[in-house]
Amino acid sequence: MIDTLRLTAERAIGLLERKEVSARELWDAYRAAIAERDDELHCYLTLVDEPNGEGVPIALKDVIGTKGIETTAGSKILKGFVPVYDSTVAQRCKDAGLATLGKTNTDEFAMGSSTENSAFGPSRNPWDPSRVPGGSGGGSAAAVAGGLAPWALGSDTGGSIKQPAALCGIVGLRPTYGAVSRYGIVAFASSLDQVGPTTKTVRDCALLYRIIAGRDPNDSTTADVPEVELPEREDLKGVRVGVPRQMVEAEGIEPGVRDAFEHTLELARELGAEVGDCELPLSVEYGLPCYYLVAPAEASSNLSRYDGVRYGLRVPDAGYHEMVMRTRDEGFGDEPKRRIMLGTYALSAGYYEAYYGQAQKVRTVIRQEHGDAFERFDVLVSPTSPTVAFELGAKTQDPLAMYANDLLTIPSCMAGLPGLNVPCGLSDGLPVGLQLIGPQFAENALFAAGHALEKAIGFDYVPERLR
Amino acid sequence: MAITKEQVLHVAQLAHLDLTDEEVDRFREQLSAILDAVSKVSELDLSDVPPTSHPLELVNVWRDDEPRPSLSLHEVFANAPERDGDFFRVPPTGEVREA
Repeated sequence: MIDTLRLTAERAIGLLERKEVSARELWDAYRAAIAERDDELHCYLTLVDEPNGEGVPIALKDVIGTKGIETTAGSKILKGFVPVYDSTVAQRCKDAGLATLGKTNTDEFAMGSSTENSAFGPSRNPWDPSRVPGGSGGGSAAAVAGGLAPWALGSDTGGSIKQPAALCGIVGLRPTYGAVSRYGIVAFASSLDQVGPTTKTVRDCALLYRIIAGRDPNDSTTADVPEVELPEREDLKGVRVGVPRQMVEAEGIEPGVRDAFEHTLELARELGAEVGDCELPLSVEYGLPCYYLVAPAEASSNLSRYDGVRYGLRVPDAGYHEMVMRTRDEGFGDEPKRRIMLGTYALSAGYYEAYYGQAQKVRTVIRQEHGDAFERFDVLVSPTSPTVAFELGAKTQDPLAMYANDLLTIPSCMAGLPGLNVPCGLSDGLPVGLQLIGPQFAENALFAAGHALEKAIGFDYVPERLR
Repeated sequence: MAITKEQVLHVAQLAHLDLTDEEVDRFREQLSAILDAVSKVSELDLSDVPPTSHPLELVNVWRDDEPRPSLSLHEVFANAPERDGDFFRVPPTGEVREA
């Protein structure tokens, strides 16, 4: 009997290698779990019927282009779109033998923090199905937490891997910008988008990152990455851990989140870490407004390709321009429209310098502040999300309240830095996430620190109600 | 800062979005609130700070200019809403006259 709720990808690989289970048995176990629980959780938009690999299965967020498998980005405008080539990450997963279980739900074009912006209905949190799994990669996070996939890939622009991982009590890595290829990924904001793993453990995360990371001739923004080291050490001796004061003292952090975070800092000290305060005042105060200028501006440009001509939805009309405008109005949901409008405004004549130009300068300041912090520290830590998972519908009427979910994940994204979420406790029975930020291409340092803390925290990633 | 209905319509035109009246009213309100919040970036005097367009220190990436296989026409048109021979067919781009 394979317990998909408990089984890590690393153990699944071991079971396959020792021929204790077959790839087919593993596949069938996940399909059975999906049949049992996905009606409630709605993690998957598309399921694959036959395995395309002899290894451990994997779920892919539906912004990841997969040859022959429908890829919608959670949008009506791409409903029925079947890519004719694989994204580099999908190809690398195939090359490693990973079998694609299916495509997971996402906020439309990865724009959101709850999956409630998906055109195909929200996913639900395995810890409490009346609550959101976070977003935009809520489908991937809920699938891993709910035992519907051993691991999954997500994509992160301002927190879409780390925040759902936090809300679902699992591990999520947003890699350094340029560490993982964006070729074949549905683009949202090109200077920010990164693909990364969503897993049960830090070691699983390192294993999956090892498969997808590295230079890709098809994406000239990618770089060679240091060889990935599987974390072993269970102490933090000599590791300098910085606590950005403004992140910990930020308004809106729930007391239960703060308590779990403070407890984790205590554990870090016990493990031998040198914990000290640092400052990121402008990054925290101006990160969110900066992001909501840069990301929508890039989105407005990227989403101009959906015009009803080459692929995707077309709403017929007698004239070309009428056809394009009707297609876009009917094909896009509210959130992409809002961001396209915001971005178009921020880039339009007379406003460019005041908005987009100024935001790009703020971005330089954010990079500098983080650079200064890393002169004194190896990793920075904070809560990942100010709150635990919230009820469906709680924030859908107020875009600004929804945007505030990403207050703590956004600054490091703007600086292109890697960030890891590790579950660090419960608040009112719901998971709390710890965010670890490192310098560019310091994923190994994050894995090492994350693994040691994970062992000390002893968090049980199986949702209480499913144990 | 409140934006006007005319500004919303102008931006929608630039963005090729045929918004309904209800959407125009709703977005006017929401975009005004969002612009209020993001305008915070203008508080900072950053006249001496260079902009960041990309988080990595990029250098040119070169490769040999060698022919590689590309998509077949069959693949290129596989998702086309309307195809006419080797072309994507679209409605007339000029003025549509009543017959």
